[in-house]
Amino acid sequence: MMIVEFDQVIDPVINQRAIELSGRLRDRVLPGVRDVVPGYCSVGVHFDPLRTDLPRLEAAIESDARVAASVMVTELTRVHDIPVAYGGANGPDLEAVAEACGCRTADVIERHAARIYRVYMLGFVPGFAYLGSVDPRIAVPRHRVPRERVPAGSVGIAGEQTGVYPIETPGGWQLIGRTSTLMFDPDRQPASLLAAGEGVRFVPQ
Amino acid sequence: MTATGILRVVKPGLLSTVQDLGRWGHQASGVPVAGPMDLCSHRLANHLAGNAPDAATIEVTLIGPEVVVDAETVLAVCGADFDLTCDGDMVATGTSFRVSRGQTLKFGRRRSGARAYLAVAGGGVLVPPVLGSRSTHLVSHMGGLHGRALAGGDVLPVTPRASAAPARARGVTLPSGGRARVRVTPGPQGDWFGDDAWRALTSTSFRVSPRSNRMGYRLEGPPLPRARAEEAISEPVGMGAIQVPSAGEPILLMADRQTAGGYPKIGQVISADLCLAAQLAPGDFIEFARCTEREAVAALIARERELMAQMAPVREGRGTA
Repeated sequence: MMIVEFDQVIDPVINQRAIELSGRLRDRVLPGVRDVVPGYCSVGVHFDPLRTDLPRLEAAIESDARVAASVMVTELTRVHDIPVAYGGANGPDLEAVAEACGCRTADVIERHAARIYRVYMLGFVPGFAYLGSVDPRIAVPRHRVPRERVPAGSVGIAGEQTGVYPIETPGGWQLIGRTSTLMFDPDRQPASLLAAGEGVRFVPQ
Repeated sequence: MTATGILRVVKPGLLSTVQDLGRWGHQASGVPVAGPMDLCSHRLANHLAGNAPDAATIEVTLIGPEVVVDAETVLAVCGADFDLTCDGDMVATGTSFRVSRGQTLKFGRRRSGARAYLAVAGGGVLVPPVLGSRSTHLVSHMGGLHGRALAGGDVLPVTPRASAAPARARGVTLPSGGRARVRVTPGPQGDWFGDDAWRALTSTSFRVSPRSNRMGYRLEGPPLPRARAEEAISEPVGMGAIQVPSAGEPILLMADRQTAGGYPKIGQVISADLCLAAQLAPGDFIEFARCTEREAVAALIARERELMAQMAPVREGRGTA
């Protein structure tokens, strides 16, 4: 695997450049290239070294990276509304988050739902999108010891990141709510509800 | 391909999963690749059974299963060296062999290596593909049989074929005395680590922790101190990357790795040596030797030639990869 790094910061413009490079490389359908994966500020190019014309791949990356580096603006390709039931059994950490932030639970909900978040990247498990940035007033760190089981659909905060757990997994994010929206379905096209470069708005139920 | 027969799992063994070449092309959606830990043995087993390399095999781990096929067919097992019996008669790993309807193939004592691959002639295990692959990914419950490891009483669809030519392969190099030496190139954050860390990495034997699995091996050994204090930003990762958390053991990422990781990666085990690493069991030792990208490519070409040589004489004119 080859990794192409842009400036190592979490920033919408830099992220847009990584997505742009990733899309351009994928569209080339170069022989031997098995997967092109955008991150926050990098692109992973998975290739089979025995079937890849390496100089050609490197030239393609250099040329596409130059175009991508000229991207100066970001525009969310579409915005998804995700309904969330906040607090109670759906968000077992909501009260602790409010306490840690010195505000009421209603303020946490209002601040979490006030922004349109950017999907920076997906990872962790299928369909898990890293969304940002959370209002700094509710940006609480993740649990020191992760939970053994986080239910599917749980909405969590970890620092200035927020996201939805698509399936039940262990997890350390502060859980403030839950959605019934299906984030990932392998029988759906596309399987993942969210893609890098899209937007998410949480709608309190 | 339509399944015309079944393979019944009598006993599942410790961890047996269905694997093909992996679920490539969906990592941008966070979908892990999975696939065989030891790709070489998977390919050899399929070759011996007369299958294409992308046919799904059963990867068995440390303690093998007991299976029955409901029709006469050819089977092949490659990888870790197990005692194998078919209704009590010894059969050899690294060969293709015929079993009659209802005969029981039983994995016995393991002599060396950790993982073996059982291929069924006629196209392999025909569980429904998910996003283009039959590979099982345990954490996301995807692929294979209901996204999980095989259990006693499971029934797998196959298309038995009894006509594969008898074949034999020497197989892959297995760890010797529970020890393997693999080569590494510097990782994306290789320069976050000073000479002391690199010396520790390349001059010590690391023990593969019992808390290792298909996602990765936790490596018990000396600390690998970072020269830089800041945290890395999460980025795409591949099999063979050596992640170094700020506290805790380094982790060698294996087949079921996540698509991205946020820990700095000191090194990358070269592709040519991943099959050897895959044959390590918990408690075994792994050693790392530094090499260049150029040497890594040369090693992969050499390994591929070696595999092709094992596959060439029995099946002339067939594609092998």
